[in-house]
Amino acid sequence: MIQCTGIEKSYTDKKVLSGISFDIPDGQIFGLLGPSGAGKTTLIKILTGQLGFDEGSAMILQKNVRRLSGEDKKKIGIMMDQFGVYERLSCYDNLKVFADIYGTPKEKIMETLKLVGLEDSAKKPASALSKGMRVRLQLARVFMVSPEIIFLDEPTTGLDPMTMKQIHKIILDKKKHGCTIFLTTHNMEEAAKLCDTVALLNEGVIVDSGAPDEICRRFNHQKRIVLHLNTGEDMELPHSKESAEKISKLLEEERVETIHSSEPTLETVFLELTGRKLEEE
Amino acid sequence: MNNILIMIRKQMKDTFKNKAVLIQLILLPVVSFILERVIRPEGVPELMYTKMFAAMYMAMAPLTAMSAIIAEEKEKNTLRVLMMSNVKPGQYLTGIGVYVWIISMIGSVLFAVSFPAADMPFFFLVMGVGFLISIVIGAVIGITAKNQMSAGSVGAMAMIILSFIPMFAMFNEGIGAVARFLYTQQTRFLLDAMSFAEIKWDGAVILAANAILAVVMFFVAFRKKGLE
Repeated sequence: MIQCTGIEKSYTDKKVLSGISFDIPDGQIFGLLGPSGAGKTTLIKILTGQLGFDEGSAMILQKNVRRLSGEDKKKIGIMMDQFGVYERLSCYDNLKVFADIYGTPKEKIMETLKLVGLEDSAKKPASALSKGMRVRLQLARVFMVSPEIIFLDEPTTGLDPMTMKQIHKIILDKKKHGCTIFLTTHNMEEAAKLCDTVALLNEGVIVDSGAPDEICRRFNHQKRIVLHLNTGEDMELPHSKESAEKISKLLEEERVETIHSSEPTLETVFLELTGRKLEEE
Repeated sequence: MNNILIMIRKQMKDTFKNKAVLIQLILLPVVSFILERVIRPEGVPELMYTKMFAAMYMAMAPLTAMSAIIAEEKEKNTLRVLMMSNVKPGQYLTGIGVYVWIISMIGSVLFAVSFPAADMPFFFLVMGVGFLISIVIGAVIGITAKNQMSAGSVGAMAMIILSFIPMFAMFNEGIGAVARFLYTQQTRFLLDAMSFAEIKWDGAVILAANAILAVVMFFVAFRKKGLE
């Protein structure tokens, strides 16, 4: 379990995190959503003991993050965008360094490279990898040692949809094996697809949290139904008796091509709460 | 496996794929080997090139290798990954330091082939001690430098002071008076004498003072900056 209570963090005179509190039960995927500069990476650094904080408490593996031992660190996998790889070493050798440190059997290296789809690039130097492959190598480094808790800082930013899909599959597979995953992203579709719980972070403050569906339902003020007619025309109707009659009539006349409800997305909820977009242009 | 050994192995693999570092390690020994056999002006003392280049190599190779390795790992954030994987700063620095010392000693074998066999133990002892001091200075530069570029410029400056001043001291007495306080000049004197009997107490004191100063600088830099 990851527990965070009232975390406050400032850099000189600028407050970057304020009153951050949440609990993540074991085996769940927790998504921290927010635009660039919201404080997501700072929070990961705090939770992994890389950075101190001013107030509050943070617990991982039932231990204060300020007092994580070497053995505890072995149970935590971290993948951050800023983390590098050894450019001149091959993918295999990059993983071997960490397999040796963690005492992981050598067979696990090829197994993990296969898991992330890099088995054919095992002998390639990391400098020859594309961005997507590099991310997969970083993920392999995390997954190879079978951690109990995984922190992923924007793991799919800038990746093509195919690679993104593969990475989502691996993340969901790790969850199936009981891993607790803390994920930061500004991709609301990714959060909705992967996360059991999300927290929306804006300027260092959590503005809302809960299951993605639940948040979206809570902000479904308009309650509208959208119809696409076979004439090519779109029609948006409110939830009402009159609308039901109208829809029924259109269906009888076989004029409806598609019909669906119009709920808000995490993106529109975030916009409503903060006036900002998650993915700022 | 012990983290120190893992660091040595990792660095060994990395160096064999890093042509720039490899060239730096073998350039001076090869140049001195060639010069010693090709250019022999009259009146030039025996093995002058070898001794001169060996003293330069002592300051150059370990200092630049150590600072460049640390600065690169800091800049590319691989050092942070190691620290997050429970490699202790002491284990990392020891591993890299031992590795740099070993490859520097291997490089010095290329100088040693020019000496009579009887002089070799003394030569390796002097070089080994000099390498140790240079490695500590290299670590200070690597720890304090913000990135590879600044490590390169500070390293070049330190290298010029430590390796060229003793060389210029051969031609200028004024420079010689200053140079005698550098460990590179003292090791040069030892290489010229090439005998345990010729070790003078003031030279030994200067060497020890240089070593102590480097270690103090290292601890101050490490306490202030750590490996971040």
